[in-house]
Amino acid sequence: MKLKYILPILFISIFAVSCSSDDNDSETNEIEGLTLVQELTNATHTIELYNATGEFLTGYNVISIRVKDNVSNAYVENASITWNPVMQMTNMSHSCPKSAIVKDSGKTTVYEGFIIYQMANLDGSGWSLTVDYTINGEAYSATDTITVMQAEKQNVTSFTGSDNTRYIIALLQPQTPKIAINDMVVGLYKMESMMSFPVVEDYTITLDPRMPGMGNHSSPNNTDLTYNSINGLYYGDLSLTMTGYWVLNLKLLNTQNEVLKGEDVTTDNIQSSLYLELEF
Amino acid sequence: MNKLIIYGGFLLFSTLIFAQEETNIIKKDTTKLDEVLVINRRNLSNYRQEKTLSSIDDFLEKSNQITMIKRGNYAWEASMNNMNSDRLAITIDGMQIFGACTDKMDPITSYVDVSNLEKVSIGSGQSGSENGHCVGGGIDLQLPTSTYNNNGLKTSIDLGYETNGNYKTSGLDLEYSTNSFYLNTDGIYRKSDNYDAGGNQEVLYSQFEKYNISLQSGFKLDANQSLDANIIYDRATNVGYPALTMDVSLAEALITSLSHNYINNTTFIKSLESKLYFNTITHIMDDSKRPDVPIRMDMPGWSDTYGFYSKATIKENKHNVLLNFNGFYNRSLAEMTMYPNDPNQPAMFMYTWPDVRTLYTGLYAKDAMSLNAFETVSASLRLGYHKNKIANEVGLESLQIFYPDINHSKSRLLTSFSSDYQWKKNLFDITFGLGYGERAPTVSEGYGFFLYNSFDNFDYIGNPSLNTEKSVEANFKVNYHKNDFKIGIESSYFYIMNYIIGNIDASLSPMTIGSNGVKVYTALDYATIFDVYLNTSYQLSKAFSVNGTIGYNYGTGSNNEALPLIKPFLYVAEFNYNTTHFNAAIQLEGNGNQSKYGSFYGEDETPEYAILNLNFGNIFYVKNHKTVLKYGIENMLDNNYSTYADWNNISRQGRNFYINLSFIMP
Repeated sequence: MKLKYILPILFISIFAVSCSSDDNDSETNEIEGLTLVQELTNATHTIELYNATGEFLTGYNVISIRVKDNVSNAYVENASITWNPVMQMTNMSHSCPKSAIVKDSGKTTVYEGFIIYQMANLDGSGWSLTVDYTINGEAYSATDTITVMQAEKQNVTSFTGSDNTRYIIALLQPQTPKIAINDMVVGLYKMESMMSFPVVEDYTITLDPRMPGMGNHSSPNNTDLTYNSINGLYYGDLSLTMTGYWVLNLKLLNTQNEVLKGEDVTTDNIQSSLYLELEF
Repeated sequence: MNKLIIYGGFLLFSTLIFAQEETNIIKKDTTKLDEVLVINRRNLSNYRQEKTLSSIDDFLEKSNQITMIKRGNYAWEASMNNMNSDRLAITIDGMQIFGACTDKMDPITSYVDVSNLEKVSIGSGQSGSENGHCVGGGIDLQLPTSTYNNNGLKTSIDLGYETNGNYKTSGLDLEYSTNSFYLNTDGIYRKSDNYDAGGNQEVLYSQFEKYNISLQSGFKLDANQSLDANIIYDRATNVGYPALTMDVSLAEALITSLSHNYINNTTFIKSLESKLYFNTITHIMDDSKRPDVPIRMDMPGWSDTYGFYSKATIKENKHNVLLNFNGFYNRSLAEMTMYPNDPNQPAMFMYTWPDVRTLYTGLYAKDAMSLNAFETVSASLRLGYHKNKIANEVGLESLQIFYPDINHSKSRLLTSFSSDYQWKKNLFDITFGLGYGERAPTVSEGYGFFLYNSFDNFDYIGNPSLNTEKSVEANFKVNYHKNDFKIGIESSYFYIMNYIIGNIDASLSPMTIGSNGVKVYTALDYATIFDVYLNTSYQLSKAFSVNGTIGYNYGTGSNNEALPLIKPFLYVAEFNYNTTHFNAAIQLEGNGNQSKYGSFYGEDETPEYAILNLNFGNIFYVKNHKTVLKYGIENMLDNNYSTYADWNNISRQGRNFYINLSFIMP
C-alpha cells in the first residue's frame, strides 16, 4: 500500500538529483533556442540578456537573464533581480511597463521577465537598462544603454483616455498567429508617473479584427478581452480567417463600461483610433 | 418576324401532335427506365445528335433529362431533375472522380471527350444509384467495351470547324485488334476563341483550348477471361469563364484503370468485372487575364481518387441480379492566395478545401424479375459507409473558427433503395417507381471555406455538421404507341428532407470584396421538386419524321420560396428527313418565361427564348473508305438569348455555321 506512494517519490528524487548534479550539460542546454542580445558588465559580474531573436523591438519582449561571475565564470543560481528600463528624452526621462524577474521554471541559471517598450527612436538609441540584484545579501548593480528598434507593426500603443489618464496596451499573444481561433493576450498599464506603470484591473477591451486589404472584412467568434487576476493580463479569442495583414480594432472600457478610447468600425469609420496590428 | 416563325412552327407542330392522338393502331416498343445515349458519332442519326465532334457536354445537353449549367463555353455542369451535380452520382465507367475546383469550373464531364467514350447511361433518381449515392440521379460515362474482332488496323480522322468563335477541332483514332488482343488510341484537340452572342456581340473570356489523349488495350487470358487497361489524359489551358470573375490556366486530369473481366454463360455467375482505378486532377484558377479586379488571386485545387469495384451479374430463372461492391478514397485540397494592392502587405492565404479525405465503401444489389409476359418488377438497394476527415490541421482550425466543436472526422451510413413496376401490353406501357435515397454533403457543402459564388454574389461557408440529405421519390411513365405514332408522359416527384442549401448569416462578414454577404450551408426541412414531360413522335413516311417534347418543372422549399435553377416551361420540336446516305433536320427549342424564379436565393427572372437549328449529314463511300460529313446552322435567326441555366445570364452563342468531316479507313 505504501509502496505506491514511495515509488513515485523515489523516482522523482532520483530524477531531480541526477538533473542537478549534471551542471555541465545544463549550462549549454539552458539557453537553447535563445540568442544573446547584450551583456551588461560591472566589476564583479556580467549580466547576459537573451531572447529568441537577439534584438529588442518595441512592444512585448520576453527576456532571459543570466548572471555570470567574472572571476569563476560560473553562473549565479541564487540572485534576486529587479530592473529598470529608462528612455532618455531631450527634457525628461520615463520608464515603461515591465514584469518582475523570476527564475525560469525548470532552469537553474536562467531568470525571466518581460519589458514592454512603448516607443523607440529611429536609430534605436535612447533606452538604457539598469539591473539591480542581490547575491547572498550583497547588492550589486549593472547598467548600460540598450538598442530598441521600432517593430514593423504596431504591437503596442500608448494613449490618453477620456479620463485624462495615459494608458499603454501591448499585444502579448499570439506571437505566432495561425488561421484559427487564437488565444489573444494583452497587457494594459496605466502611466501613474514617469517611472510607474501598474497593471490596470477589471477593465474590458473590445476586439474587432479587420483586413484592410480585403474590403475591411472581419471574422466571427471573437471575444472581448477580460482581466485575469492571476497574472494581471487580459484574455480573449481572436479569429483569423486567413494569413495576411490584420488590424485589431479595440475599444477600452472602464469598470463602469464607459468608453475611454476607441470607436466602432463602420463603413464610414474604417478603423478605431485604438488598434494593434499583426501580420503573418 | 423571327418570333412569328417560331410560334408558327410550334403551333403547327402541336396541332400535329394532338391530331394524331385520335388513331388507334398497335405497335410494340421497349421502354427503359435508364436512358442510354450511344455515342456512335460517325453514323447518321435522326435524333438530335448532329455533330461528330460535339463535346461530351453537347452530347449530354441533347438528352431530354439533362440540362447543362453554363458558366462559359467550356466545362458545363450537368443537372438532372432540376438538381445540380451535388445531388448526382457522375462516374466514368463506374469510377468515382471528383472535380478539383471549389467553384464547379471543372465538372468531371469536362475531363473526358467523346473519343474516350462509347455511351452514357443516365438513371433518373434512385435508378441512378448503381455507382454511388445520389438524390437526383446517376450519369455513368462508359468507356468502350473490348473489341476482339480481328479487324487489323482501322484509322479514323475527324476535322471540324465552326464559324462562331473560330472553333477548330481535330481528332485521330487508331484501332488495332486481333482475336485475343486490341489496342485503341485516340487524340482530340479543340481550340476556340471568344464566341459571339446574337447580334455579333463578342462574349469576352469565353475562349478555351484543350486536348485529350487516351489509350485502351486488352488481351484475352482464355475464352472466359480478359484484362483491360485504360489511360486518359486530358489537359485544358486558357479556359475563360465569362460568367465568373476568374479563369482557368490549367485543368489537367489523368484517369487510369485496370480491369479483369470474366464471362461465362454456363456458371451461376454470368459475368464478373473487377476494376482498380486511380485518377488525379490539378486545377489552376487565376485572374491574370482580367484587367480590372479588386484584388489578384490564385485558387489552385487538387483531387486524387483511388478506388475499386467488383460487379457481378447472375441470371437464374426469372431473376436478373446485378451486384456491385465498390469503394473509393478521395483527397480534395484547394487553397486561395490573394495579393493585396498595397505591395507592403503580405499575401493572404487560406485553405478553401482543407484537405478533405473521403472514404466510401458500399454494396449495391439489383434484381429485375419478370412476373409474366407483361409485367416486370425490379428492386435495388445500396448500402454504404461514408467517412469524411479533415487531414490538414490548419484547415481544421480554420473551420473551428466557425464551428469550435467540430472534430477531424464525420462518418455516416447511407441507404438507398428503389422499386419499380413495369407493365407492357399492346398499345400501352406503364412504369411506376418508388425510391428512397440518401446522400452525404459534398466537400464544398461540408468543408468549403469562403467559396465565392458569383450567381448570388455571396461567400459560402461549409457546414461540417450537416445531416444526411434524404429523398423520397415517385415516378410514373406511360407510353401509348400506335403504328408510327407514339405519345408518352413521364413525371417524377421528389420530396427531399434536409435539403442542403446556403442560408444568409447576417452576422458574418464577407471576405470577397463587393459581395453581398456570407451564406452558410444549412438544410431546409424539406423541398419538393416535380417535373412532367410530354413526348411525342410520328413517322410521317419512311424518310420523314417529327418529334416534340414539352415539359414543366416545379421546385419549392419548406420556406415557401422557389428553389433556384428550376427549369421553366420548355418545348422542343424537330422535323427530320432521313435516308441511309443523307439526313436533314430542323429543330425548334425554347423556354417560356421563368416566372417562378428563386429570387430568395439571388436568382433573377430569365425571359422566354426560342431558337432554330438546322443540320445536315451525308455519308459517302469511296472503295471501302467511309466519309461522314455533317454541317448546319445553329441559332439560325441569330437570337441574343440566355437560359435559366446560364450563370449570371451570359448570352449563348449567336448564329453558328459548322462543318464536321470524318474519314474512316478500315
